[in-house]
Amino acid sequence: MSKSLWYFAAAVTLAAALVSCGGKSNQPAETAAPAAATGGGKTVDSATAGTVTGTIKLDGKAPRPKNINMAAEPNCAKEHSTPAQTEDVVEGDNNTLQNVVVYLKGDFSQYSFPNATEPVMIDQKGCQYHPHVLALQTGEPLSVVNSDPTTHNIHPVPKDNREWNESQPPGAQPIMQSFARPEFAPPIPVKCNVHPWMKAYIAVFNNPYYAVTGKDGSFTIKNVPPGTYTVTAWQETYGSQDQMVTVGPSESKTVDITFKANSAASD
Amino acid sequence: MIAKHRSTQNVHRFAVFTAACTFFLLIAGALVTSNDAGLSVPDWPLSYGSLMPPMIGGIFYEHGHRMVASFVGILSIILAVWLWRVASRLEPSRRWLRWLGIGALGAIVLQGVLGGLTVLFFLPPPISSAHATLAQLFFTTVAAIALFTSAWWENEPVVPRRDFATPSIHTLGIFTSCAVLVQLILGAAFRHKAFGIIPHVVGAVVVTGLIFWFAGTLKRRFASVAELRLSARLLHVLIGVQLLLGGAAYWSRLYAASFPQPIPVMVTLTVAHVVTGALVLMSAVLTTLLCYRLVRSAGAAVTAPAARATAAD
Repeated sequence: MSKSLWYFAAAVTLAAALVSCGGKSNQPAETAAPAAATGGGKTVDSATAGTVTGTIKLDGKAPRPKNINMAAEPNCAKEHSTPAQTEDVVEGDNNTLQNVVVYLKGDFSQYSFPNATEPVMIDQKGCQYHPHVLALQTGEPLSVVNSDPTTHNIHPVPKDNREWNESQPPGAQPIMQSFARPEFAPPIPVKCNVHPWMKAYIAVFNNPYYAVTGKDGSFTIKNVPPGTYTVTAWQETYGSQDQMVTVGPSESKTVDITFKANSAASD
Repeated sequence: MIAKHRSTQNVHRFAVFTAACTFFLLIAGALVTSNDAGLSVPDWPLSYGSLMPPMIGGIFYEHGHRMVASFVGILSIILAVWLWRVASRLEPSRRWLRWLGIGALGAIVLQGVLGGLTVLFFLPPPISSAHATLAQLFFTTVAAIALFTSAWWENEPVVPRRDFATPSIHTLGIFTSCAVLVQLILGAAFRHKAFGIIPHVVGAVVVTGLIFWFAGTLKRRFASVAELRLSARLLHVLIGVQLLLGGAAYWSRLYAASFPQPIPVMVTLTVAHVVTGALVLMSAVLTTLLCYRLVRSAGAAVTAPAARATAAD
């Protein structure tokens, strides 16, 4: 074989070796140091702090959840005696909506909040994420657990935070991650590319004034400094709704928000 | 002479086999995207830290694609080496074939690197689009190698046709092939979310017009040349099928948007549209090569045909 072909073959082999030495496996992603949510230095006076509570409801008929076909992955299918269903719109009794992120928009820049150090857990069980929607603070640990007898990859797709994608075999240790920047409008979608029906949302805030509605559609946001705020509710199908609220010293205010069933999210 | 002819024919058969495997690789790659499985294997070049991960869900498509790609890579190495050895023994006017084999090998190595980058950098649209387009270019290159090593190509045409019209059939062929390539880039960019559908739809109109012009001109000017007549017919059929598949694929994507996972009809139609696009590119390029082989433009000199090599020599 001529010399030039040998040189070319050597160059190809060297290139392949260099590329092979790269590659990313399950290396721990960079974890942002838990940051103070804001830098104002002032702490919220619990003697005068108030509370915002309320219920999120749906006006109209919710779409019927779709059955998820897990036949391609028997380890997933056997976890369900009846077909698993989508969770885009989860309605409770009296037209209440579950999985709605509710948060206060206002000027919290003068306050500092304690670092949230207790991990927030998301579990992969029955090849679905539990919870479907969660919220946490910047720098707060997220613990990803795999309770399934199959492999998942957990892949958040943020706009303002670092994207990551990690595999998690059955029985593996929880994956610990966090998000350095607030991202809640809209929240960060999370998916598993092994099981494309798996979907979740993570809202990240730099203050503690948020909640995710439970089965009864209710929310409670505590320790709110007196002031005027916008209460925003976000639902993955219906988008966002706002209402104003003024919280006086030690006052508890109720804010009920209703989504219309024929509206669609544009964010 | 018999030995030289036989070795060219053997490398031709191997090139055809490589092209067929490459076509299968195109299907495997398109299945990855259509099933949203591109990041189901977060690491590269290993898969879940091993050579053989559990082939479940999206991993089946992504790792399966890597396995087929590795096989085609091995075939490309064999083809490049074999072609180099065979072409080195041909007459000087055909020794450039060696470099086409090297070029194809370089392309598939680059494909592997691009594929790795798509995984490591979470499917950046420009790199994903480049990966998709280069796959189709590589397929066309291997098909061209198969054409150049064929017994048909080796035989000098008895009397090359002349083309006195404007634009020349060569110009039409080059423009059409380039337009198809641009259209594939636009399609890949839409599929990998670089931008919307409008540029690809506009491109479809342009490409359809050029293919009809090119194929129609072939039929009018060279109706007596069987190879060009058949090529024209193939181009007409392929563009018709591709237009139908394009509309159906887009409809299926809209229909499937509300489903929790990719549905079979959407996967089938989008994959079929992608691979038919590759066939359109291959056909346009090979037809252009045939035009250069069989037709001389008005200004070109026509040399006396060389004595035809036969198996008896």
